[in-house]
Amino acid sequence: MSTSPAGQDPELLRRLLRAKDRMDAASHEAWPVQRLARVSAVSEAHFARSFKQAFGVPPHRYLLTRRIERATALLRDTGLSITEIAFRTGWESLGTFGRTFRDITGENPGAVRSRARAAAHGHAHVPACIVSAAHRPDLTTAVSEKRRSGAGGKNRPQQKELP
Amino acid sequence: MSQGVQVVGLYVRDQEEAIAFYVGKLGFRVHTDVRNGDFRWLTVQHPDQPSFQLGLFVPGPPMQDAQTAQTLRALVAKGAMPPLVLDVDDCRAAHARLSALGVEFTQEPVDRYGNVDAGFRDPSGNGWKMIQARR
Repeated sequence: MSTSPAGQDPELLRRLLRAKDRMDAASHEAWPVQRLARVSAVSEAHFARSFKQAFGVPPHRYLLTRRIERATALLRDTGLSITEIAFRTGWESLGTFGRTFRDITGENPGAVRSRARAAAHGHAHVPACIVSAAHRPDLTTAVSEKRRSGAGGKNRPQQKELP
Repeated sequence: MSQGVQVVGLYVRDQEEAIAFYVGKLGFRVHTDVRNGDFRWLTVQHPDQPSFQLGLFVPGPPMQDAQTAQTLRALVAKGAMPPLVLDVDDCRAAHARLSALGVEFTQEPVDRYGNVDAGFRDPSGNGWKMIQARR
């Protein structure tokens, strides 16, 4: 077999794709190399090498990346706790989750969530002047909370800024 | 006379296998099947969509040189070709029927905001989404 990517046997690639699809469909499950190799009907040693050659990353790394992607979506789109998200996306310890998350995204899960929450308050639907007021350093609550809590409306954040 | 897209082609690894899949399993009909030497122009058509043909082509001469054809075959087998979408009335029923026929599903039916979608691949590696749109 040739070593250039185009030189890999398409029949083998099709079977490697099957293993990749299975990881995509159930990234929270454990995917030891022997399980993946069985899906692709190749030896374990052959699997890891061929997978990396085909898809550019080792299979385990691919799986971790998919898990982090999914965790990021859950942080963004749900109110699940970070522990619950770590558990649901296939991690056995919160520590490993946090470390891998930072390693891949460069951020903490908590930071991603905070940013997502701020964005989720729908800046597009909020007048720009309110958004800019809300983003001033002394404001500690989110825009919608501010609007809910105060009867003041538009001018309230600005009024609050004056000591 | 209507204007618009008439044929969009897919690369498949084997045209007989592709007919068995697209006609035998998905329920398309062969629209055109003509040969010129080694070249075979093969298109299929969805029974509800008479103005559109899906081409099922094998990479190779005379369209591509051997090296390019090999690269294309590898890309198809790696699932790197563009996404395809099949519109269905009942995604779960279609999933059950196609699963029983041995279609390789990559994603079970999932509800998303009133739509139901599932994912499958053809034998060559082309990825399809099967979507039941909210009516």
